[in-house]
Amino acid sequence: MFFLNKGENMRKSLICITCPLGCSLDVEYDTNHITKVDGATCKRGEKYAEKEIFSPERIVTSTVKITGASIDFLPVKTDKTVSKKIMSKVMEEVFRIKVKAPVKVGDIVCSNVADSGANLVATRSFRGQ
Amino acid sequence: MIKEFDAVVIGGGPAGLAAALSLKSNGVKRVLVSEREDVLGGILQQCIHNGFGLHRFNEELTGPEYAERYIDFVKEADIEIYTSSCTIDIVNEGESKTVYLMSELYGLVEVKTKAVILAMGCRERNRGNIAIPGSRPSGVMTAGLAQKLVNRYGYMPGKEVVILGSGDIGLIMARRMTWEGAKVKAVVEVQPYPGGLNRNIVQCLNDFNIPLYLSHTVTNIKGNNRITSVDIAPINEYREPSKEEQFTLTCDSLLLSVGLVPENELSLKVGIELDKVTSGPLVDANLMTNVTGIFACGNVLHVHDLVDFVSEESEACGNAAAKYINSTLTKGEEIPVRTGNLVRYVLPTKVEPGKEALLSLRTMATAEGVTLYIKSGDEVLYKKKHKKIFPSEMQRVLIKQVPADAKKLDVLFK
Repeated sequence: MFFLNKGENMRKSLICITCPLGCSLDVEYDTNHITKVDGATCKRGEKYAEKEIFSPERIVTSTVKITGASIDFLPVKTDKTVSKKIMSKVMEEVFRIKVKAPVKVGDIVCSNVADSGANLVATRSFRGQ
Repeated sequence: MIKEFDAVVIGGGPAGLAAALSLKSNGVKRVLVSEREDVLGGILQQCIHNGFGLHRFNEELTGPEYAERYIDFVKEADIEIYTSSCTIDIVNEGESKTVYLMSELYGLVEVKTKAVILAMGCRERNRGNIAIPGSRPSGVMTAGLAQKLVNRYGYMPGKEVVILGSGDIGLIMARRMTWEGAKVKAVVEVQPYPGGLNRNIVQCLNDFNIPLYLSHTVTNIKGNNRITSVDIAPINEYREPSKEEQFTLTCDSLLLSVGLVPENELSLKVGIELDKVTSGPLVDANLMTNVTGIFACGNVLHVHDLVDFVSEESEACGNAAAKYINSTLTKGEEIPVRTGNLVRYVLPTKVEPGKEALLSLRTMATAEGVTLYIKSGDEVLYKKKHKKIFPSEMQRVLIKQVPADAKKLDVLFK
């Protein structure tokens, strides 16, 4: 835990991962707010900095077992970002899930996966066989 | 079986699909896509991570989602698709071409066509390409093969992993293998800078505390049947490894992410000239190769970082090929595009004065605080300051109109 004197800010260099551009951000912040972001080429950079400093989140992508499709694994993703801290819990649940074809892109294969607030959704469609 | 088409697109990945759609929307009637795998989508089908489509669809998609959007477009567009169809030869007969395919469904097919679009993509460089010393045990494979095993077939290639090369596929696989329960011990990169995108260093390595050894290489692979360890050593500016600082990591697999090379066996057979720098065909402003009527786009032309740019380039290629088929392709005077300071290559290497030109370029080394200039003689057509440039990041520049009196274009950093 850092203790700051009043009016003193922390600084951190981040790389924005919102898109493949990967802007280098110089961020200044106090105990609970971002005070300045330099280097972002779009607004999403500021949002990213806020999240990344105080509660970093990621999309998790993986595969789950599927039966009745042309291959045995269905690619899936969380439909929004989940806290970095619970990524491994999300994966534990992913290992247990089994689905049956047919399935369409966007179909929920597990709602509120690992209590993350995000749904696990299919990212590929398979017709049943 | 003998078939007749107006255009044959070789490869049903992102490049081939976008090119086929563009041919169709530009009025070409009979379009065939020949795909070697049993599904369309190419390498995207195994790239289950997100990060695709931000430019194209303004949202972040996974590889299979990006592929499916294009597959759906293609299915609606009355385009003939042969899957499980390996293209084995292209014969140039001047005005027309004959493409030979070996198809699971139809056997040997001889296709007469007016135009061919090459969209075969690229291949990974492997152990043989980079000549790593040591024994030849199992467990040494390219990162893309590991990706296919894990994501499509559900096999784990190993539990203790070392990755050589920090290309994007290697970084993505570091995270994927970690999520699947493997221990990724190190990513080793011969260059002093990472080969992949910055965002992948952050979300694939830093998130999991996976060490990245820059300016290091694998100097020995050990193990009899299965790989048991690798030796890793720092290298100096002449790429000589330092024996004193060498260390050993035990592992049961070594993944190689050491670059991609356009796959041009078919192109060479039909007499297409390749560019020594990109290993892709030499093309003109219309993305046409030196063989009239044969075009190229996507990773077979030059290796891209973003699929969005592949789609964009392939659309332009389909557009030009459609004009060729409809006999409206005008080939005016062409002027050369020359590479200057810090520029490894620019594509296309020729543009037409008075017309629009979309240039793709890569730099030779990293540099900070440099400005990209595109000039026609002393006239500056484009200028952009860059905080930092990396060879791993392809840059795209649109020149709205090349001056009608231009004699050459110079692309350089200052």
